[in-house]
Amino acid sequence: MADDVLTAPLVLEYPFTRTTGPVVGAFLTGLREGVVLGVRRPDGTVLCPPLEYDPITATALGEMVEVASTGTVTSWSWNGAPRAQQPFERNFAWALITLDGADTPMLHAVLVDSPAAMSTGMRVEIRWRDEREGHIADIEGFVPLGSVDGKGF
Amino acid sequence: MPVDPDSTPVGLGVEVTAPASIADVEMVQRVRTPIRIEYTYTPGRALSAYLRGMAEKRIVAERCPRTGQVFVPPRGVSPMAGIPTVGPVELPDVGYVESFNITRVPIATRPDLEPPYCSAWIVLDGASVGFMGLVINCEPESVRMGMRVKAVWKPDDELEKSATNILGWEPSGEPDVEISDIETIGRPGDLQ
Repeated sequence: MADDVLTAPLVLEYPFTRTTGPVVGAFLTGLREGVVLGVRRPDGTVLCPPLEYDPITATALGEMVEVASTGTVTSWSWNGAPRAQQPFERNFAWALITLDGADTPMLHAVLVDSPAAMSTGMRVEIRWRDEREGHIADIEGFVPLGSVDGKGF
Repeated sequence: MPVDPDSTPVGLGVEVTAPASIADVEMVQRVRTPIRIEYTYTPGRALSAYLRGMAEKRIVAERCPRTGQVFVPPRGVSPMAGIPTVGPVELPDVGYVESFNITRVPIATRPDLEPPYCSAWIVLDGASVGFMGLVINCEPESVRMGMRVKAVWKPDDELEKSATNILGWEPSGEPDVEISDIETIGRPGDLQ
């Protein structure tokens, strides 16, 4: 075919805003204030991030409790080729992190320079953003425990 | 176990209690969750011919060889027969309003559309399907089913290989299409 193939950029975009409900709303309020909240289950364990309903019994949950900003990596994966819309331009680790005081892990990023700095069981702490609005990205990421003002990247 | 539909659903009315650290602050009630997907779109054979026609102010459709239906914009396939369509079938830039809607609320992502405006389902003469367009150069309240319209094109020096070359559809002044005929008029082909 003599004609060039036609192409055009196509952007599909929805500027959604969701209502949070009281449990997720409390969690996000905590992030804005620089604390992490979980929710207590009937058996006394703590879900973090919190859910409105117990995943086993379906009981409604509402007792928000504060957990620590330090925790333990339970699983991780190195992101060696960040894509345009991922939160960092440089390599980082996705990790499941169980915060101290919580019984379930949350997914977030660990900000270190190489996979050699990552290990299951490593201790990490939150690096907060200076300006927070009530969003999961108020946590910029996690860094090795004790390096919140230093190492990491 | 049968559920009494009048019973209070489990979970409603449970009080959410917060620790002291957020006891006296305004609660977050909303969160931004934007979604954005960036594609490079390749229109394919039939739509490419349509878009190239657009650059010359021509409307290039395609026909189903089995049912005779004429599709515009052409997607290259007959949705009812499940076979490729063939073209080109050139259509005039005149047709009628099959249905319409007047929008009175602004859309954040379309600041170019100033309410009230009328979007309509336009059936071109010779087409078997309609497509969406704006009805312009008239009061939205004057738009009606069956109203004859013609295309308003961009100036010649602004034409691109794009459907945006048609700025909208304005009343042609021809007599309205009879509403009772709308199911069949201008729609060649066996719709069964």
